[in-house]
Amino acid sequence: MAAGLALVAGDESRAAKIHQLPNGLGERWRVPAPPSPTLSELFSVHPRDGGWAGFLLAQVAADKPLLWVQDRMAILESGRIHPPGLATRDLIHVEARDARDALWAMEEGVRCSCLSAVVGELWGDPKALDFIATRRLAVASERSGTPCWLVRLGGQVNLSGARMRWQVASAPSLLNDLDPRSPGLPAWDLELFRARGHPPGRWSIAHEADRFHLVAESGDRTLGEERQLRA
Amino acid sequence: MPNLAIERWAKSASFAPDAPVVLTLEGPHGPIVHAVTKAAAERGARVGARLTDARALDPALTAIPGDPAADGALVERLAQWAGRWSPLVEVDGDPSRLPGTGGLRLDVTGVAHLFGGEPGLVRDIRHRFAKTGLTSRVAIAPTAAAAWALSRHAPCICGPDVAARVAPLHVSALQLDPGIVRTLERLGLKTVAALIGVPRLALARRFRGAEDVVEAFDRALGRKPEPLTAIGTDPPPRALLKLEEPATHPEAASQALERLIPAFVRELEDRRLGARRLSLTGYRVDGSVAVASVATAIPSREPRHLQRLLADKAATLNPEFGFDAFALSAEWTEDLGAAQESLVEEPSGTRELARLVDRLTVKLGPRAVQRPQAVESYLPERASGWISALAKTEPVALPSAQRPQRLLDRPEAIDVIYATPEGMPRRFMWRRAIHDIARVEGPERIAPEWWRQPSSARLRDYYRVEDADGRRYWIYREGLIGDGRGGLPAWFIHGLFG
Repeated sequence: MAAGLALVAGDESRAAKIHQLPNGLGERWRVPAPPSPTLSELFSVHPRDGGWAGFLLAQVAADKPLLWVQDRMAILESGRIHPPGLATRDLIHVEARDARDALWAMEEGVRCSCLSAVVGELWGDPKALDFIATRRLAVASERSGTPCWLVRLGGQVNLSGARMRWQVASAPSLLNDLDPRSPGLPAWDLELFRARGHPPGRWSIAHEADRFHLVAESGDRTLGEERQLRA
Repeated sequence: MPNLAIERWAKSASFAPDAPVVLTLEGPHGPIVHAVTKAAAERGARVGARLTDARALDPALTAIPGDPAADGALVERLAQWAGRWSPLVEVDGDPSRLPGTGGLRLDVTGVAHLFGGEPGLVRDIRHRFAKTGLTSRVAIAPTAAAAWALSRHAPCICGPDVAARVAPLHVSALQLDPGIVRTLERLGLKTVAALIGVPRLALARRFRGAEDVVEAFDRALGRKPEPLTAIGTDPPPRALLKLEEPATHPEAASQALERLIPAFVRELEDRRLGARRLSLTGYRVDGSVAVASVATAIPSREPRHLQRLLADKAATLNPEFGFDAFALSAEWTEDLGAAQESLVEEPSGTRELARLVDRLTVKLGPRAVQRPQAVESYLPERASGWISALAKTEPVALPSAQRPQRLLDRPEAIDVIYATPEGMPRRFMWRRAIHDIARVEGPERIAPEWWRQPSSARLRDYYRVEDADGRRYWIYREGLIGDGRGGLPAWFIHGLFG
């Protein structure tokens, strides 16, 4: 993880000066992180877009095992995680029958301090996922110090106890120097639409090796016309 | 259990108790009487006679085909149930093939005092079998063969002088071949006592080749060891709880578990063992058992952890007519030395992780909680193997190529516009959504594994594509035009990139 706040873009990005780097990357960017590990909720703008996984995995420490919970619908709709494609091999995968089991497994995992993070993918808007369930996860996560990521695929933005709420969509990748016709560094459009202790914002970022960069082209886009999401 | 077949039938049938009924089996020359009711026996029906002969004596006889397989299953169930008296139980003979030989052998060494001595044990066994509606003949003897003989011919509790007890019995008590028994009878050696008087050498010479009479004789008198096949050098750790009254309360199993765990953990501690698989067995009044088993990821003997694992499963045990005994045993144990986790009450990482895996596995099932186990293969769906999180993983070197973060369990067919025959894809339709391909990289060709796949398997050309919105997918074309393994190549989507 990149350390040290280099630039906060998004709402303030018009004022921010974007340094053009030779490969199309902008300023180095630090993820707005909560002061201590907690529950973050992440919405995939398109349910069959795997882009969020790249953004999430770049933030997970690799020193301890990772617990990854998927409910059956998420596996059917957008695939099972594929360890050779992940940076970490040390993980435990739980295939939950439904959202209730998935939330239970996440809560069990979050209570352990022996995990680097708990990732739970839920499809749609299950009944079991209400404010109380997310609040329980947030409290357990803060108590044990294990970060928890609740990933919502094809779900509506509803009431939630999560401290940070993101919307992630894949963006056209950066130019590949070696072959202009093939995909380059992955890029994402992020929106932090609700956060405790941090102003909301929108960013276009790319990930390179061990750090995030703002993408220069979209660094100073106008924000007035974009829809505002508030939960 | 001399009358097992007829008693099992009588429990399920709705005949008057004094009806003359015989159970028959198919013999080489027509049906043979296999079991008889008391009324039928009084009218002359004998086990082993032909049905026609029995009918000749009493035409009113009702014949019903027997079911030796069900008899065998009942004996198996009773053997499990008999675990309440001794951890070592063996089914004696094969009642499904040889009718009327159903019996149970229990190793009661060092067990009897729990039931008030050997007479108490015999009384208890007889009493409980009678309650289930089965006649039992119980004998305790220093040797298995002697117990076999006595239980069938003169049920009693035999002291150390086996020879004196066995001597008056008929020679068939020695578990000999019927042919040999007949020969011995013809020779006038009708009892074991008569046999003892004959010089061993003469006996051995006379019955050479056939099952050795001398050997059977030695087995009965304890001169030759005859181990139970169920014997284990180290009986598994086990704690037993007997209830005064049958408990029909649904919470009974959970409460029994609470009382069993301390004794069980103490035994594990004494033997320096940790349980990997343990089961709680509830013995019901009606001669059946209910079992709840759990497995653990690392050997454990921590009372709270074991209790937490078993508590949910114990609650599901159905008491039916009531439990009157419980046993907690570990079928699979591993060495576990005395260890202190840390000075403060802070569990270590591996142990905490193992406990988490245990809890998840118990609740969701072993197939739902998995760890990645790489397999040496280029086929992506094979390379990303999964095994149960309880098992150990082995490191395997994988080819380093760019792989997607997510893989569909089953590749989905897509419609693709591409430059034939082997050109780049331009546009594809997946789940009724059209994706225009903006960037593409490939192909990465993965050949079928001819040593394990059928010869009709086609090669795959994988492309990493990015659509106009920037979503990245992994698609492949299966086969080539004119590869002789099917028609036109088909396209599939296999993975999603992050």
